[in-house]
Parts: sequence; C-alpha cells; structure tokens
Amino acid sequence: MALIHLIASIYTNFLTFLGQVALLAWETISSIGGGSIRIRLVLKQIAEIGYRSQLVVIVTGAFTGAVFTAQAYFQFASLNMETAVGPVVALSMFRELGPTLTGVMVAGRVGAAMCAEIGTMKVSQQIDALRALAVNPVDYLVVPRALAMFVSMPFLVVECVGFGVLASYYTGVQVLNIPGVYFLANIQKWTDSSDIVMALVKGFFFAGVIVFISCREGLNAKDGAVGVGRATTATVVNCSLAILISNFFLTMALNIFFPAG
Amino acid sequence: MNELGLPLLKVRNLVQKIGPQEILRGLSIDIFAGETLVLLGKSGSGKSVFLRHLIGLMQPISGSISFEGDEITTLNERQLEPVRRRIGMLFQDGALFDSMNVFDNVAFPLRERGERDPKTIAEKVAQSLAMVKMTGHDKKMPVNLSGGMRKRVALARAIISPPSVILYDEPTAGLDPIVSDSINKLIRQLQKELHVTSIVVTHDMVSCFRIADRVALLNEGCIYFVGSPEELKSTPDPVIRDFVDGRSGETIY
Repeated sequence: MALIHLIASIYTNFLTFLGQVALLAWETISSIGGGSIRIRLVLKQIAEIGYRSQLVVIVTGAFTGAVFTAQAYFQFASLNMETAVGPVVALSMFRELGPTLTGVMVAGRVGAAMCAEIGTMKVSQQIDALRALAVNPVDYLVVPRALAMFVSMPFLVVECVGFGVLASYYTGVQVLNIPGVYFLANIQKWTDSSDIVMALVKGFFFAGVIVFISCREGLNAKDGAVGVGRATTATVVNCSLAILISNFFLTMALNIFFPAG
Repeated sequence: MNELGLPLLKVRNLVQKIGPQEILRGLSIDIFAGETLVLLGKSGSGKSVFLRHLIGLMQPISGSISFEGDEITTLNERQLEPVRRRIGMLFQDGALFDSMNVFDNVAFPLRERGERDPKTIAEKVAQSLAMVKMTGHDKKMPVNLSGGMRKRVALARAIISPPSVILYDEPTAGLDPIVSDSINKLIRQLQKELHVTSIVVTHDMVSCFRIADRVALLNEGCIYFVGSPEELKSTPDPVIRDFVDGRSGETIY
C-alpha cells in the first residue's frame, strides 16, 4: 500500500512539474507576444548567458572533439579506415554531442545561476516586492532570460561544434598523422547543411528546456537558503536529465526530416 | 457608514489556512480613507498574512475584500496591477532589490511606469529620498545599509509614485527607539503631506499610540477589538489589557 502511495506521489509530482513548466512557458510566450520586452534586460542577459558562457562550451567542445578523434582513430586504424575518423566525429558533433554537451554545460553554468538568483529573490520577498509594485515577475525576470537564451544557445552550439571539429582536425592530422586532404574531403562528403540545421534546432529547444526549468525552480523556491540550494541542485539535475532524454526523442523526430548521410 | 465616510477597503469574512493551521477565521473590518489604522496582535496571529491579502499577494480561501467598491480577491495577477499601483507596501525587512543601488531601487517604480526622462527621474528620486531623510546615500548598495536605512529606502520606493494606501509590515521591528521614532514621525508626515491611508501592522505599543487614528486587535484569526487609542488604553478587557500591558500570564518562580 505504501509502495502504491509512493508511486502515485512520484507520478503526481512529475505531472505537476511538467504542468508548471508548460504554464510558465505559455505565460512567457504570451508575455513576449503582448510586447512586454525590456530590451536593456535582454541585452544584459545575453552578455551573462551567451558572452560569458563561451569559454566553457569552447573548451568542452574542443576536448570532446579531440578525445573522440583519438578513440575513433585507435579503433579505425586497425581496419585501415583512418580517414573515416573525420566524418564520424563531425557528424556526431553536429547531430548529438555539440548540442547536448552545450546544453548540459549551460544548464550547469547558467541554469544554476538563474535559479539561485530568482530563488534568492523569492525567499527574500523581492519577488513579492515586484508584484506589490505592479510588475509581473514573469515579464521582468523570465522573459529577458528566455529571449537571451533563445538568442545565445544556437551561437554557443555553433561554437562548441566548430571548436570540436577544429580540435578533431588538429588531433587527427597533426598528432595522429591522418592525411589532411582525405580527412577534410570525407567530412565534406558525409556532412551537409541538414546537420547544421539539426544542431541549431536542438540548441534552440534546449534553450527552452533550461530557461523554463531553471526559472520554475527559482520561482518555487522556499525555506530560505537551504531551499535555494535545493532548488539549484534540482535545476541542474532536472535540466541535464531533460536534455539527455529529450535529445533521444528529438533525434528520432528530426531524423525523419533530416535523415543522416 | 460612520462619521469617517464610506470605507475605502471593506474586508468581510476573510478565511485563510497555511497548511493545517487556520490563520484567519472570518476576519471583517472597514478601513476608511485618510486614516491610520494600527493592527495589533501576537506574533503569528496572522497580521502580516492579512496585510498581504489587501494587495493581492495572497488569495483567501473564502471571504471578500473590496477596494473603492471593487472586489479584488477574484482578480488575477495582471488584473491586480492597477490596484497595486494605488497601494504601496513596506515589507518587514524592506525587500530592496539587492542587485540595484539605492537610486535605482527608488527609481524602479517610475521607470516601470514608463518614465524615461533622466532629469525627472533624478528629481523625483531626490525628493523621495529627502522625505525619508536618506539624501546622499543614493549610490550605496542595500547590503551596505542598516535595517532602519533599508526600511526608509523601501518607504521612499513605495511613495515615489504616491499611492492612496500604504501598508506597513512591522515598520519599527528590530530598530532602536530613536530610529523607531523617526519612522513613526515619517508615517505621520506622509499621512499629512500625501493624505494617504495607512495600515500599520505592529506589536510596538509606543509606535501604536504615536501614529494610530484607530487601533484593531487581531486575536484567534478575527478582529477582537476596534477603537480609538484612548479606548484601547482604558478598556478593562483582560485579553486586550494583557497585550497592552505586555503580560504573558506566566508565573516566574
């Protein structure tokens, strides 16, 4: 009986979570549609979210590209297929690793900060003060962050993928002596614009996942500093899981429109 | 209707629960334009909860609140915005935005209501800060202000677009007697200069007798007493006497 109760409670909490995230997304989109956009705040958030996240996604992309190239080379070399390393790494970076790793890194860096900032405002009554001053917290706090995320994430994904492929080229050609011409020719042969579109679509989708989960956790924070800490942890865990799970379904769906190869 | 005219805020049978605890149990009261009503009550008696209902920060389980004849308990966040532009609130610890300095905190309501001229904003902020005697502190961050200064800046923010009602949540709590007195004088001064209706939640009896036109005592989730400060002083009711005289009823061995 206790087990059924526990399962029912987990299921209800999960549905409540999804409902609240969806409602926040709907309210934000309605607010943007209604013209409640504070340009200065959006630019400030683009600087915070986009500009200051570049280093972390570049380093992540570059080292993932490099290590993936090395591992692929060690396997492919035994089959004399060294020149296939380029397209394998490039395709994986474009379609999967680039958007997913960028999403997870941005969730850790930006999502946590967003949640902690909004959560602290919540527990110190600053959000009540906003409401008391006739300012809607969604308009003031969520809309600028959402717009900044939707603008920044595709660029961050491009940087992550770009540096991943560059690092792959350097590792493959300069370090592991794969012939450069074949490496590049095979990348050109096996990748096309649909791979870039897929990366950008995923980046855009993950931007929504991160911003709405983070802001929802922040706006629901309670119980003081401990509550903010708990909300921040929940943000990073939930965003990362949501990115990894939704990535699978996105891949299956997008593959219908943009088949690989 | 009484000699004070039609009530500005009319509260009827307000019920609110937090978890299993019933905080408000059918609270009813009328608040009249231009008066300073002091709301007394023990800690945890629901005074602040009641105040939050008056500005729509909480929705009651049942009961009604009408502001100038219009019901506000049924309004959603966006519909409440015009009401909130007319009701200012001073939170217990000020609730200043800690990412902004004093100037930007005070200018915030003006900018949000569409004022773009830097000269007008600067003038109004200076006026507002002068009113709360905080001139010269406009570049400081909230973290560098004392409790009393934070409350005064929060008050400057609440009055910069003059509201018709100001709700004060424990304005003198945790302050020394001199700063408390200056806050009390400020409340009186604002009533005199801006003709605002003030609702002050406190358990500071000195403050109560200095500022109140009427006093209400909240007990067990209902209004137990409403009257003038003189009536409060002279009542023989034991519940009120214990509160006014500060007696807990416990014996010291």
